Amino acid sequence: MSSLHAEHGPRHHPALAHHFEDLEQQKEASSFGMWVFLVTEIMFFGGLFCAYLIYRRASFAAFAEASATLDIDLGAFNTAVLIGSSLTMALAVWSAQMSRKKLVVLFLLATFVLGGVFLGVKVVEYGHKFHEHHVPGRHFEWENPATEAGAEMFFSLYFAMTGLHASHMVVGMGLILFLLVPAWRGRYGRDYYNPIECFGLYWHFVDIVWIFLFPLLYLIGRHGVPGGH
Amino acid sequence: MTDHVVSRKIYFLVFIALMVGTAVTVWVAFFDLGAANDAIMLTIAVAKATLVVLYFMHVRYSGRLIALTVGSGILFLLILLALALADYVTRGWVVLGR
Repeated sequence: MSSLHAEHGPRHHPALAHHFEDLEQQKEASSFGMWVFLVTEIMFFGGLFCAYLIYRRASFAAFAEASATLDIDLGAFNTAVLIGSSLTMALAVWSAQMSRKKLVVLFLLATFVLGGVFLGVKVVEYGHKFHEHHVPGRHFEWENPATEAGAEMFFSLYFAMTGLHASHMVVGMGLILFLLVPAWRGRYGRDYYNPIECFGLYWHFVDIVWIFLFPLLYLIGRHGVPGGH
Repeated sequence: MTDHVVSRKIYFLVFIALMVGTAVTVWVAFFDLGAANDAIMLTIAVAKATLVVLYFMHVRYSGRLIALTVGSGILFLLILLALALADYVTRGWVVLGR
């Protein structure tokens, strides 16, 4: 690596890849590329949201009944956890811009921990659903025969959407681990923090998906149910 | 590098706004406001998403290229939802034959 740079002279920044004009263009290209990927993700989740809206319209009463069996406290807590993790992720980017190496590692770890808390709560919630026989398929049980089909559809969408979301979280947490080592070695600073920025974009996107998932899945027709449970 | 550094104060303010929005969303859910329930919750969700996109994701401080990319993603999502729902919502409007 260093012999290549010797050819280019002393002004060539080590973080600048050869096919870019300067660091600013490199950064803009990298953010743009990440956003193009996020647009595909918007459409990916969008398809499921579309299916959800169609079936919710078709079986609103069943959806409301099924939604009431979800734990609103856990859902709200998880929403707060993810919003917190977006804050820590934004602060990780800030730390990289300030070239504060230790803070970068700290905030990446905080984001990782909060992501883990979120997934832990989801495991608990999924456990509840398994015990209550609300998992669609052979062992699905529902007291009200009039809303049984609609409820099973609700839970199919619940597991599909939160499952897809959770798998994105798992990938995200893996990526944080991937970033930790170079961060610890001081690779990211004011001039080059593209990977942190790009990963931040991914993480915030996953947070936004949950911002929509929470009211749509957990808060349907809650006013009809005393105590919300 | 002339990158704009968003201040930590803005990040914290956005964080507070997001938390307040979440609390209001949950609170509103327990009142029967008819159709307004969904409208309010979705409006708050869109507002929260906008704050995340503009400030956490730095779109407010990025160039037109990024803004255009985000806008096009939202546009195509709206096309997907609008046209698919338009199909389902209008079924039964036209009955062919007898």
